[in-house]
Amino acid sequence: MRRQPLSPISAILQTAAAHAILITYTLVALFPVILVVVNSFKARKAIFDAPFTLPTPETWSLIGYETVFERSNFPLYFLNSTMVTVGTLILIFIAGTMAAHALAEYRFPGNALMGLYLSIGIMVPIRLGTVSLLRLLVGLGLTNTLTGLILVYTASGLPLAIFVLTQFMRQVPRDLKDAARVDGASEYRIYWLILPLIRPAIGTVMVFNMIPIWNDLWFPLILAPGESVKTVTLGAQVFLGQFVSDWNAVLSSLTLSAVPVIGLYILFSRQLIRGLTSGAVK
Amino acid sequence: MAGVTFDHVYKRYGDLVVVNDFNIQVADKEFLVFVGPSGCGKSTSLRMLAGLEEISDGRVLIGDRVVNNVAPKDRDVAMVFQSYALYPHMTVYDNMAFGLKLRKTPRQIIDQRVNEAAKSLGIDHLLDRRPRQLSGGQRQRVAVGRAIVREPAVFLMDEPLSNLDAKLRVEARSFISKLHQRLETTFIYVTHDQVEAMTMGTRICVLSAGKLQQIDTPYNLYHNPHNVFVAGFIGSPSMNFFDAQLKPDGEALVVDTGVFKIAVPPAKAAPFRSHSGKEVILGIRPEDIHDVEFLPPGIIPAQVESNVEVVEQMGNEMIIYLEEGGKNFIARTDPRTKARVGARMGIVFNLDNMHLFDRNTELSLAFDHKQKEAAARA
Repeated sequence: MRRQPLSPISAILQTAAAHAILITYTLVALFPVILVVVNSFKARKAIFDAPFTLPTPETWSLIGYETVFERSNFPLYFLNSTMVTVGTLILIFIAGTMAAHALAEYRFPGNALMGLYLSIGIMVPIRLGTVSLLRLLVGLGLTNTLTGLILVYTASGLPLAIFVLTQFMRQVPRDLKDAARVDGASEYRIYWLILPLIRPAIGTVMVFNMIPIWNDLWFPLILAPGESVKTVTLGAQVFLGQFVSDWNAVLSSLTLSAVPVIGLYILFSRQLIRGLTSGAVK
Repeated sequence: MAGVTFDHVYKRYGDLVVVNDFNIQVADKEFLVFVGPSGCGKSTSLRMLAGLEEISDGRVLIGDRVVNNVAPKDRDVAMVFQSYALYPHMTVYDNMAFGLKLRKTPRQIIDQRVNEAAKSLGIDHLLDRRPRQLSGGQRQRVAVGRAIVREPAVFLMDEPLSNLDAKLRVEARSFISKLHQRLETTFIYVTHDQVEAMTMGTRICVLSAGKLQQIDTPYNLYHNPHNVFVAGFIGSPSMNFFDAQLKPDGEALVVDTGVFKIAVPPAKAAPFRSHSGKEVILGIRPEDIHDVEFLPPGIIPAQVESNVEVVEQMGNEMIIYLEEGGKNFIARTDPRTKARVGARMGIVFNLDNMHLFDRNTELSLAFDHKQKEAAARA
């Protein structure tokens, strides 16, 4: 069965329809984000009176940002979030790529079992173990530390990272590694040699781990609620009161916290797109 | 510079024996070719020599050193892979320099060797490119260059030409032969293509089902194959085989295939006498079957008749597919032959080059005799 070539008009119609769907989806997905950003630049009254309008000279206000920087320790929260996220990513990168390399490259008894064991974490949500994790961290004296958060996030991120990276490492031709071996490379050098070849996969894994960690409220709230180790997302919550919420400040802090994620996403996105589609076609 | 020895080497995967009692000696500066159908253990043997596969049993020596437990990098070998295995994210220069850099060779020497090798391979203008920007032939040269700069004791090549198109392959063949003459190093070359093996090797090692069949010079392999497998594998189109009986006929011997009866020429009969009455296989190469009208001088003829089924005019020769008594065989004759499809034609076997094999052991009956003859000539 061959598809009939489309007439020019129906071809245009088809493209237009596809784009209409994509544009609609983009609008729906972006709408809340835009709403947050737009309203963070408005005075409190304007947020409630006309939430969907752009700030005008009368309603323009930076009061939210001023509050954020005056009343809370925002730069510190920012630093904490960055350290937790970057620290976790580094650990996932090192442990994940190394484990994946070993699973993909070496034949040893229990290889398949080890791979399975390491992927169980994909199926079991780590939040189910929150109580035990809290007990564990208390026992280790790691509550209210960034180290504790980093370790928990690393543990929760590794299974998927190893699973994805192993698949990609398996696609690296065996001859390439053997050539390096004959050339005189040590096993560590071979591991280094392969890393740039699976850059798209690494980029994908990094993005998938980065965003949930940066946005997470659960673990910072439970494991590290102390003022000195608060993350941005947790920090934004101080403006949400039981009776009164400072919406200007909430929206401003959310806007600020989104900036680095969007930046990093753009940085990784090229790799991400390649990573998601590679293997689909040769 | 070193020879290579396989001393009763085995490779087993569980119960599966991939290489079975492989036992050969390769002299220094030799160009040895491992040839055989796929799955015969030729690549595995090469990879054991490179250190990429464990040796199940036996010893492998490079020079006088047993290398069974020596890491690939310490074996002083360089290898060219079928897929070329170029590092895709490195430039041609870095690909070639990689092995030297790992050995902490001084920068100057690396530079000199890479440039020299690149120049001799005609790829010096490509040094800044990446592998994906190169054509197949260029990649192949880079892969060879990467091996050359290492100046190894032994070169290993695993089907390096099989990804090239036919024309490039012919060029690359002579290029690698020249390389061997220039470098004066031991080469071990794996291929499934008997033409490559015959044209390049100083000696050829024929393998089948993990077992060594014969190791000899191209000339001897062709003229004195040790068994039916080697006889059929070397030469194209391959040798024609006829099941036959060796019968006494007064003083003389007759090979009776049921279709043809061929008297063994008295001059050739000596090695066969003791096998009189045996079930044998008669082997005749297509190039030893001639049209009766175009007989080359000096052959020992035996004339028969046969049906012509297909005729392929090649210009310089003619391939004729023949049938007689339900038995199909091929002749390679003078291009002027007037064979017509469906007609009968008179053909002549050149018995000077006939081969007889024992039907049970499939071994050549005249092997030892011919070897002595060859030794006497030399």
